[in-house]
Amino acid sequence: MNPIDERIVRATQGGLPLVPAPYARIAQEVGISEAEVLERLRSMLADGRIRRIGAVPNHYALGYTANAMTVWDVDDEAAGELGAAVGALPFVSHCYRRPRRLPDWPYNLFAMVHGKSKEETKVCIEEIRMLLGAACRRHDLLYSVRILKKTGLRL
Amino acid sequence: MDELDRAIVNRLQGGFPLCERPFARAALDLKIDEKTLILRIKTLLDEGVLTRFGPMYDVERMGGAFTLCAMSVPAEDFERVAALVNAHPEVAHNYERAHRFNLWFVLAASSREAIALLVEKIERETGHRVMNLPREEEYFVELRLSA
Repeated sequence: MNPIDERIVRATQGGLPLVPAPYARIAQEVGISEAEVLERLRSMLADGRIRRIGAVPNHYALGYTANAMTVWDVDDEAAGELGAAVGALPFVSHCYRRPRRLPDWPYNLFAMVHGKSKEETKVCIEEIRMLLGAACRRHDLLYSVRILKKTGLRL
Repeated sequence: MDELDRAIVNRLQGGFPLCERPFARAALDLKIDEKTLILRIKTLLDEGVLTRFGPMYDVERMGGAFTLCAMSVPAEDFERVAALVNAHPEVAHNYERAHRFNLWFVLAASSREAIALLVEKIERETGHRVMNLPREEEYFVELRLSA
């Protein structure tokens, strides 16, 4: 990574300064101009190094108390197509394919489901089960009990 | 949380402006002033409604590596192991989950090699196995929760 970009990341990974001109404050910290900070952030946003800029909410505080990591054992050949379909469901926030670790872990498709009650989450999970159909051999649910840490990226 | 807080949470999960006075610009859309918006965001952070306010970086696109790890930890040893795991700055998220695999955390580091070393280190420190599950494909990642 470019060393100036890296300094910007370090200066902002904990969050933006909550002052009227936050980018000027970062510029001061990094030792470059405000215009350059803005330019570099724009280019990181454009090429995907920054996913987005804004508020990162705590699910629990917003009432999303029934957050389940759902895991599915699906045919490898179908995983790409099914992953895209599951990821497109409105209640799924993240969807990934990951390696199996047999015999402990037979699941290769992960989808995070967020609901405001276990009943709501159950309906969502049933919808995924129907969508996957016969391509899914088994699945499991891992409800979150508590957040032990959530700081985001730290360089 | 009142209506204004909800509007801030719902509308500012992305697209925060890149300009000299971004809070003033964002406040305009919310029909409030800059000072009010800054104060509200501060309060939402203090109350834990928001965990952060700022850029969300994609570790892999930044040239780094990350992975999801799981551990199966006996209840009586759980707090000790969770504290040892959390002590590493490379641990971005850590969740307790109701499952035989009860500790799930995300590691972010500069390379795959650094991740592998860290996994070994956590195994040595805690005395428990770590199941390493790097993503092979990503289908969708966009967290948009409504308040």
